[in-house]
Amino acid sequence: MSVKDRVIAIIAEQAVLEPSDVTMDSTLEDLGIDSLGLVESIFAIEEAFDISVPFNANEPEQSDFDISSVATIVAGIEKLIAEQAK
Amino acid sequence: MKRVVITGAGTVNALGRDVPATLEAMREGRCGISELEFRDVERLSIRIGGQVKGYEPEAAFNRQQLALYDRFTQFALIAAREAIAQSGLSFHGDLADCSGVVLGTSGGGLTTQDENYRSVYEEGKNRVHPFVVPKLMNNAAASHVSMEMNLRGPTFTVATACASSNHAMGLAFQMVRSGSCSVMITGGSESMLCFGGVKAWEGLRVMSKDACRPFSANRNGMVQGEGAGVYVFEEYEHARARGAEILAEVVGFAMTSDASDIVMPSKQGAARAITGALRDGKLAREEVGYINAHGTGTAANDKTECAAVADAMGPQADRLMISSTKAMHGHCIGGTGAVELLACIMALREGVIAPTIGYEEPDPECALDVVPNEAREADVSAVLSNAFAFGGLNAVLALRKV
Repeated sequence: MSVKDRVIAIIAEQAVLEPSDVTMDSTLEDLGIDSLGLVESIFAIEEAFDISVPFNANEPEQSDFDISSVATIVAGIEKLIAEQAK
Repeated sequence: MKRVVITGAGTVNALGRDVPATLEAMREGRCGISELEFRDVERLSIRIGGQVKGYEPEAAFNRQQLALYDRFTQFALIAAREAIAQSGLSFHGDLADCSGVVLGTSGGGLTTQDENYRSVYEEGKNRVHPFVVPKLMNNAAASHVSMEMNLRGPTFTVATACASSNHAMGLAFQMVRSGSCSVMITGGSESMLCFGGVKAWEGLRVMSKDACRPFSANRNGMVQGEGAGVYVFEEYEHARARGAEILAEVVGFAMTSDASDIVMPSKQGAARAITGALRDGKLAREEVGYINAHGTGTAANDKTECAAVADAMGPQADRLMISSTKAMHGHCIGGTGAVELLACIMALREGVIAPTIGYEEPDPECALDVVPNEAREADVSAVLSNAFAFGGLNAVLALRKV
């Protein structure tokens, strides 16, 4: 399973949707994921990819990790995987 | 209905080991937040806190006591000793029977849990110290204060996360006001600064890695503290008859539940608690000169709290001062309202308003007079203390100068 598919599966589970309902240009708001759901999704992503995501719920816009859409989240994770690969 | 006054105060927190030292630090706008020091801290991403440093429990307690007292119990006892000594009260006979203890805490003996889980899970030990349960239980602090001071009336613990000590003090107030108790020892205590305690908070991603900056546009989260605040709440005529020094009068209390979200605060729930405390204390909005804010330094709390104050206080919101002392002592969770009540008493008694330190950039969503960075002299006759907890539980106290 690609990074993209795994991320979509995690987000879909959080949103209680089928993966096919989650598109790359969906925003978390579109999917009905609130701040608590976001923090939980990031935790699931960290566990799935064994990475650490720099995200502070107080300043989501200032973090290096862009959560504005599913596409930016996938891109951010791919970057973190590349950076944090040992 | 009886009148309720405060005749003793005690504390231990990152700013000071007693009330005078804490008030001096608040007047000077000193920051008690520093690098955390405890086992496994290097495995944390959050490494700052308002930790009580250089503390030697052996100076206050003997070996048998220490075997039974978690750090949160130690803090509660140290603060209770100071408060009761100041009040000049000793408890015997009828007075002992109608005096009790209500303390707030959120984590209780969390350090004891942390150490013992580590011992059985990480180190694989199969035996724990026989006093683990009486040491970790949330009511340990209240019980030990009751035992040490011979308080034989209603004694219990209140746990409402970050509002625990305000709920505790509010209940103590109601018990004295109703006439069911003459004296209540009340406040709260917390000691969560251990690996597991901070790791759990880290998970929520609301903690700051560098500083607590309440109401500042560049705030980036809360910073945990630890400590205790304990007070003697006494029936007014009882205090007057014995010529006790009165620090302030507690006049009102209200508690509400947001009934909406487990972590996100609600403006309506907070505003209802503020309005309720005013109504309960028969205070006009114009009388309130200072509010000690919950002011955690998170994005969510500070803007919601300012909106709630603006709603509840109307035009007075723009005239009053509101500050968060958490930037100095950290968020002492279940003990925080009790530590912060010191700032309320200082405002009423000394006419000094504790500042919100760490304030760097105005935030249009927090456009109130937050007393940035430097303490201010002002004559105030009534104050409020806000506490808004996870779980949507709000508790606001109203105090008046005597």
